Amino acid sequence: MLYREAGDFKTNYVADSQTFPIKFDRYGYYFLLGFAFLVMPLIINDYWANSIVVPFLIYTIAALGLNILIGYCGQLSLGTGAFMAVGAYASYKLMTAFPELNIVFVVVFAGIVTAAVGVLFGLPSLRIKGFYLAVATLAAQFFLIWLFTRQPWFYNYSPTGMISAPQRELFGVAVTGPRASAVAMYMFCLCFLVSLAWLARNLTRGTLGRQWMAIRDMDIAAEIIGVNPLMAKLTAFAVSSFFVGIAGALLFTVYLGAAEAGEAFGIDKSFLVLFMVIIGGLGSIFGAFAGAAFLIIGPVLLKLLLVNTLGWPTDLAAHLEIMIIGALILGFLILEPHGIAALWRTIKEKLRLWPFPY
Amino acid sequence: MSDTLLFALEATLNGLTAGVMYALVALGFVLIFKASGIFNFAQGVMALFAALTLVGFQSGQVPFSHLINAIFGTKLHHFGWNMPTVLAIPATVLVMIALAILIERYILKHLVNQEPIILFMATIGLAYLLEGLGDVMWGAEVKALDVGLPKGMSGAVDDMTFAWFGYGFYIDRLELWAAGIAAVLVASLTVFSQYTKQGRALRAVADDHQAALSVGISLRFIWVLTWSIAGIVALVAGIMWGSKSGVQFSLSLIALKALPVLILGGFTSIPGAIIGGLIIGVGEKLFDFFMQPVIGGATENWFAYMLALVFLLFRPQGLFGEKIIERV
Repeated sequence: MLYREAGDFKTNYVADSQTFPIKFDRYGYYFLLGFAFLVMPLIINDYWANSIVVPFLIYTIAALGLNILIGYCGQLSLGTGAFMAVGAYASYKLMTAFPELNIVFVVVFAGIVTAAVGVLFGLPSLRIKGFYLAVATLAAQFFLIWLFTRQPWFYNYSPTGMISAPQRELFGVAVTGPRASAVAMYMFCLCFLVSLAWLARNLTRGTLGRQWMAIRDMDIAAEIIGVNPLMAKLTAFAVSSFFVGIAGALLFTVYLGAAEAGEAFGIDKSFLVLFMVIIGGLGSIFGAFAGAAFLIIGPVLLKLLLVNTLGWPTDLAAHLEIMIIGALILGFLILEPHGIAALWRTIKEKLRLWPFPY
Repeated sequence: MSDTLLFALEATLNGLTAGVMYALVALGFVLIFKASGIFNFAQGVMALFAALTLVGFQSGQVPFSHLINAIFGTKLHHFGWNMPTVLAIPATVLVMIALAILIERYILKHLVNQEPIILFMATIGLAYLLEGLGDVMWGAEVKALDVGLPKGMSGAVDDMTFAWFGYGFYIDRLELWAAGIAAVLVASLTVFSQYTKQGRALRAVADDHQAALSVGISLRFIWVLTWSIAGIVALVAGIMWGSKSGVQFSLSLIALKALPVLILGGFTSIPGAIIGGLIIGVGEKLFDFFMQPVIGGATENWFAYMLALVFLLFRPQGLFGEKIIERV
């Protein structure tokens, strides 16, 4: 009763092919957008922005990107951390080389640079498959991080090896650098997230997305029915890396402010984003949001519970936290291997009948 | 002989011994992949966990002492006795077997017939769980592990090479021992899988799960068996690496060293793991030796992966892996 597709008639093609064809979904989406753009800026404070909301927005972008690669195109990648580093270092080089360049263009160009690097490291996927490919993408992870920590050109010969984001303004409001306010950071990231999520949703519904899914389901069969595997795989790598690169650029410029490649973009970041995609649900845009929310909010809650409420020492709490996260991941995989998105689908099935079970 | 050549030769020898250490870790991966088709990312953490447990038993630490202290406000830390190594190693083996049984009962059993990527993610979850568990149980500080293996420069090799070339090679005695132990391990694994009933069952499962089930082999028992063996291999690797560089979190990162070895040799081949290890060990030492002046140091972080990638482009299933046959 609450959720239903029936009775939602369309009288023209535009209405039928809109992004959210079901009315309930559409209104829910408008409501969320309204809440995110109108209400959140009023109630957000520094603590919430820094510990939950901004990382959530940024990691959702990364999870969207990785979901395109793994969930839609079926190419397992463990190099996400390094691609985020490419985005971060590209934005740093652009910001320092062209101080006049608008920060929006900096972030977008950083994404484009990452897309190019992603295509380069995606080339082996034409010959290598499955876990062999996953390990091959680790080559990207270790090589790129080595490049950014050992070759001084990338960090402008700074003596510490760190890169730090100078202040940049958008419409007269600082969005990067130490003086950026929580609201500015939030709105900046939110705009990127909303436009990229819209892009991802529509790409995956279109020709390109269907080609990716054909490759994922069975690449040889897809090739026989006329999908070009070269184009499909490389576009997936390009689009995915574009998203991940933007996430990296935002993480560095807006959220961290200063970063060192090995520390901020190590292999644990690759796994973190991978977990988000798996826990959220492979091949689902909603899943990327849900997975990121779960893995950003979970540790914060655990820390609040263990350190602030129970008063345990922080190192013990940190170890327990790793353990509990591991157990949660295992529990999730056992109970619902297809992630939170599958859970949501089940809920929708139930809501369709509720409150009358027949 | 010229000096450069001698240095290169020494680097090669060091690479060979380092390669054996990589192969030790890779062996555990291959065992589990063959028997259950699971790419076990937790192998490195299992090595760390085994080494931590061994040190804990040796020094008589109270397990979970931090946690107990935090909850009850006590000040527990040690039992006050030291277990001799001959007792501590079997005790650790028992812990690893118990761990294998728990993993089978609470994780693998529920994930039968899932896609490989889900199983792979489960092992990453397991890696986190074990890493946290090891830290909570035994504490996270760096510990020295000493099981009585010799360390330091090998005098015999030094003297011999000095007599031959007029230049003594530096080779760690520990790594010579590791090579010997790895050889014994591989030999005993081969004997086990060729000549014992359980070993044959293991190979049958590796070959075809359903056919093995239909002739009455218990899949669950075989899984426990494989994970136990992998746990013991992890213990050996943990002892070797722990003696070399102390027992600490970075020990679990040796899994990342073993992955290129694995794809180079092929996921399903035990000789592949050994030969892959040797190729990577020698390759990265020589590359570092010749390229350090040109592009800077610390190349061993990525060189192994690049080498494996280049090999893969020519043989997508690794050097010794089973040929991948694809049908629509």
